[in-house]
Amino acid sequence: MLLKLSLSSLYARLVTVGMTVIAISFSLMLYMSVEKLRTSAYTSFTDTISQTDLIIGARASSVQLMLYSVFRIGNATNNITWESYLDVVNKEEVDWAVPISLGDSHKGFRVMGTNKDFFARYKYRGGQSINIDKGYLFEDLYDVVLGAGVAEKLGYAIDTPLIVAHGLQSFSEHDDQPFRVSGILEKTGTPVDNTVIVSLAAIEAIHVDWSTGAKIPGQETPIEEIRKMDLTPENITAALIGVKSKLTIFNLQRWINEYPEEAMTAILPGAALQELWRVVGVVENLLLGISIVVIFTTLIGMTAIMFSSLSERRREMAIWRAMGASPRTVVGLLMLEAIFISVLSILLSVILLFFSLSILQPWIDYNYGILVNVEMLSLRDMYVFMTFIFASILVSLLPAIRAYWFSINDGMTIKI
Amino acid sequence: MDENIIKIDSVRFHWSKKSSFKIFVPNFEINKGEKVLLLGESGSGKTTLLSLICGFLNPLSGSISINGSTINKLSSKTKDEHRADNIGIIFQQFNLLPYANVIDNIVLPLYFSKVRSANVTNQRESALNLCKQLRLPDDINQYKASSLSVGQQQRVAVARALIGNPSLVIADEPTSSLDTDAQQIFLDLMFEQISNNKSTLLMVSHDRSLAERFDRLIDINEVLTRED
Repeated sequence: MLLKLSLSSLYARLVTVGMTVIAISFSLMLYMSVEKLRTSAYTSFTDTISQTDLIIGARASSVQLMLYSVFRIGNATNNITWESYLDVVNKEEVDWAVPISLGDSHKGFRVMGTNKDFFARYKYRGGQSINIDKGYLFEDLYDVVLGAGVAEKLGYAIDTPLIVAHGLQSFSEHDDQPFRVSGILEKTGTPVDNTVIVSLAAIEAIHVDWSTGAKIPGQETPIEEIRKMDLTPENITAALIGVKSKLTIFNLQRWINEYPEEAMTAILPGAALQELWRVVGVVENLLLGISIVVIFTTLIGMTAIMFSSLSERRREMAIWRAMGASPRTVVGLLMLEAIFISVLSILLSVILLFFSLSILQPWIDYNYGILVNVEMLSLRDMYVFMTFIFASILVSLLPAIRAYWFSINDGMTIKI
Repeated sequence: MDENIIKIDSVRFHWSKKSSFKIFVPNFEINKGEKVLLLGESGSGKTTLLSLICGFLNPLSGSISINGSTINKLSSKTKDEHRADNIGIIFQQFNLLPYANVIDNIVLPLYFSKVRSANVTNQRESALNLCKQLRLPDDINQYKASSLSVGQQQRVAVARALIGNPSLVIADEPTSSLDTDAQQIFLDLMFEQISNNKSTLLMVSHDRSLAERFDRLIDINEVLTRED
């Protein structure tokens, strides 16, 4: 009976209550989507590379090395020589190693020289391998393998010819040595999607007639001749290393960092990712903070609406009291209303969230490489909901206390 | 058994220590089954007296006894129950919960009073029956209380005050928002029902012309004195 009357009272104020519910559910949705994006971004980010024990490169900070070797953001300060690389590879602790050579680009996408081991050794999202979607890995010197994102954005297919540009924003192109798409990779949600992958030998080949970043004038070695040359690189940018026993990682890392012939840095990808996240994550924390403030504001709004409805409901409370309802019942009715509004808002916000996420998910994935998991609500979300209901009870106490005071003092007088 | 349904003895009341509004009720009694008209202008303390009788307000001293129990000695919870069990209240206006339908409005007191709900076997039927006797339209329950005319609302309030046979009906200027014709019809119907129920009626008004219907006419100034 009380519940029924309380509901019809809410229904009678459908517009006010409805707007309140919509306002609250949007702020809750904002909070939850920021939270979802944050956790998804974190997972996507920290799962970018896995099962690689060390990444080596020229002396640099771990974040910088991580950025250019894995995320292909920024540039290497220096290269490491092939000899140094071989010294590391020949250490008995090393199980496998994949060299990486960076520096060139194609239409804004980074070109990475490596060998076929890369596709077997590079793992992401807890051990998932890169799979080839169409075609095959490079067989010929001038074969390239495209990340899914590159193929999609440039509209390339197997056998599409392409020219690699020298450097990252350069007008000089290696147009004398055209490449051909031999394979396209499956989508991974990692920076691999936006990478053009060629063999290390190909990187050497296109730089045959180049010296210290510029083409040697008048020199043009024919392709047939290049194919006959020894294309073992002199330098590489970085390398991914796997060890035989995890126990030896730190020893190997120290050995590399103290390598006397050349200044090298070895980093633990997991630790570097965490460190990098602390930098990137600040923005997310800021967003989270803002959405908490939004929720808080909405709660205040709800209290304000309850207060303003209180004067018109003062009459109603006098009726309840005259019928024999205790002041406590009257207060309970107000609290019930607050609980009902917040529960309704939570339900609506969850519906809105899943609706908008399922629409936006492909777009976010496509544009930002973040796979937002549209899954069940987490335990954390439940805690948030419980806290919100509790908070709404708490803020409704203010108008309720006022109502209590009214219902005790009004007595027979009906205030208009 | 006590013949007085209301018995007030040496009651003193004021809102706060600073307030200049202080009243003293030396002695006020109403017998069971009596229909009493309490006459007084607004601001004379009528509403305060009714609030004391209904147990909304507590006297500073003295005793108020309703249907045999001294209500100013009861806990606030029992006082609320006592009110629900014994008193049907009709306000001047805005008697009904606007969003609830007519039947729900009428049976509302039964929810708070075990005694009164025990007197009613079929709540809906009793409510509809009361509506019929108060000449309310048959399809009255199809409307929300807010869509009724003021006269109809006041009659629904009578039905609500009478359902479950409370021993005392208190009406605070129930006709003041009605025109003269409607007043007469309303009073005829209310008196008929109160007589059927053998309830006591204490009605407050400033309109002396209503006096002939009542057993007794009391001027508020004879009941209470203002102390300043």
